Amino acid sequence: MKHNTANVAVPRKKGRVLKRIFSCWQLYLFLLIPLVYLFIFCYGPMTGLQIAFKKFRAADGIWGSPWVGFDQFTKFFQSYMFARVLRNTIIVSLYSLIAGFPMPIILALILNSLRSDRYRKVAQTITYLPYFISTVVLVGILTQMLNPRVGLVANLYRIFADSEMPNVMASPGAFPHLYVWSGVWQSMGYNSIIYIAALANTDPELHEAAEVDGASRFQRVIHIDLPTILPTASILLIMNCGNIMNVGFEKAFLMQNNVNMETSEVISTYVYKVGLGNTVTDFSYATAIGLFNSIINLIMIIVVNTITKRLNGNSLF
Amino acid sequence: MKANKNSEYVVGNRGKRRMSKDDRIYYTVIHIILAILLLTIIYPLIYIVSSSFSSPTAVSAGRVILWPVDLSLEGYQAVFENKDVLSGYGNTILYTALGTTINVCFTMIAAYPLASRKLVGKKLFMFLFTFTMIFNGGMIPTYILIRDLHMIDTIWALVIPGAISVYNLMIARTFVQSSIPQELYEAAELDGCSDARYFFSMVLPLSKAIIAVLVLFYAIGHWNAYFNAFLYLNDRAKFPLQLILREILIANSINNAQIVDPEIAAAKQGMAELLKYSLILVSTVPVMCLYPFVQKYFVKGVMIGSVKG
Repeated sequence: MKHNTANVAVPRKKGRVLKRIFSCWQLYLFLLIPLVYLFIFCYGPMTGLQIAFKKFRAADGIWGSPWVGFDQFTKFFQSYMFARVLRNTIIVSLYSLIAGFPMPIILALILNSLRSDRYRKVAQTITYLPYFISTVVLVGILTQMLNPRVGLVANLYRIFADSEMPNVMASPGAFPHLYVWSGVWQSMGYNSIIYIAALANTDPELHEAAEVDGASRFQRVIHIDLPTILPTASILLIMNCGNIMNVGFEKAFLMQNNVNMETSEVISTYVYKVGLGNTVTDFSYATAIGLFNSIINLIMIIVVNTITKRLNGNSLF
Repeated sequence: MKANKNSEYVVGNRGKRRMSKDDRIYYTVIHIILAILLLTIIYPLIYIVSSSFSSPTAVSAGRVILWPVDLSLEGYQAVFENKDVLSGYGNTILYTALGTTINVCFTMIAAYPLASRKLVGKKLFMFLFTFTMIFNGGMIPTYILIRDLHMIDTIWALVIPGAISVYNLMIARTFVQSSIPQELYEAAELDGCSDARYFFSMVLPLSKAIIAVLVLFYAIGHWNAYFNAFLYLNDRAKFPLQLILREILIANSINNAQIVDPEIAAAKQGMAELLKYSLILVSTVPVMCLYPFVQKYFVKGVMIGSVKG
């Protein structure tokens, strides 16, 4: 394996390649439908991206509208919304990463050191549960719980603080916290699965040896369990960094109201509003904003992927 | 595997016998942390269940803290009298069934050739698929495409555009590649088995586990989805459950005309709140019920997915 010779293809004649292709024609037949789908529904919209550089007119369609160069982008960079949506997007995603990344690791370490199998299984099942709740229901639960009149938190608030609760859902300052911690609540258990599996593969002899040497359980967690999941954790961390500008539309949009817009308007929701949501819509401008976001994401992922490759020879693609 | 378990057990026992002070502190701390975590996860869920079984007055007066107060099924009665909810439920079942079928078929017929050693140009095909994971046309160009294909306001707008999730495709491909031995293929080929026949009579029966994982992932996705329906559907009669839920739970607009009983109309306010709790439960229970049966597959799916595809 010195020069990885096994993977270097022996140069073949054209005829042999054709023969090989022909010998598995049925496989290509299988691939045909997925490829047609892929080209129409995934690559098709990519050709539509050209309207980001055009002034889209419904009558002329995507291909017939006149080119305007980078006008749409300049308009976006100069608009007052640019700084706001960019800041909100970065705050929400960075905060999600910082809060959401360590929690599954802590949970996995705790679950792994439980001595009762039964308790561990029950605890695991409970922590997975919220993952199956839809975004709509999750935001619905939040709204219900935090309802200042009849919600659970309002009731508790009345008992302890003896005053009416402010409307948290409509407060701009609370939006990032609610967004991030409801996300942690929902996906902590699910995200811990991969760490729990990594921990299950720990060599038990390590633990025995450490115990003989007088290591406490906590020391074993720090010096045996944690290093075991470190490779997995570092890859996941780097991968998450690639998504730093990628805040999904669904939850942010549902949590928005007229009052918290100042912090809750992220790029994806703004694209929706410009392109489809408002009474006056501008397809070209919305596409340009979306494209700006996609390109940053793409660059981030490629950078991150290159780093991972350098570090451990592992990469996503 | 068995030996491992035994030795763990011995370690555990020994640990128990001479547990040091440090260990006792450690276990106390982790039990407290875990208890807090589990409570924060489970308490809101219990609260919703309890509220949904309480009476409207108890809910609006905030008397529900842990267990149902004035046990009643009025909330559920209201849910099932609501025409929007019923039609939404029916639509969601239809979209989930059709969508999942299309998803699983498309994913498997794509996964099989991509897992085969013979396929020429596999790298190119893989690239074409994975590239769509990191870059796509975005919301507006996709909307224009769906509009131009006249799929607005049809079921196809919900089931076709996401027919293959590349992530799930990678899971399926990894499974087919790694768990079906190459020798099996060689033997079948020697006996004159064609690629198509090999797929239907060997690969599919041996892929039951991964098909279960795919069904689970895709079906939950369809059940919980609202975004495509929100963008592409205008006709209320076609709305899936999640869109109806959004209106009632978040946009807070219950169509009061549908509560016909005058008695219930009197307690409208409490009823509106109660309805929400019942609705949350009614919409989430099917997925939750499914979960214990498929937990095994679910964890398996996550594990295969985490292996580099």
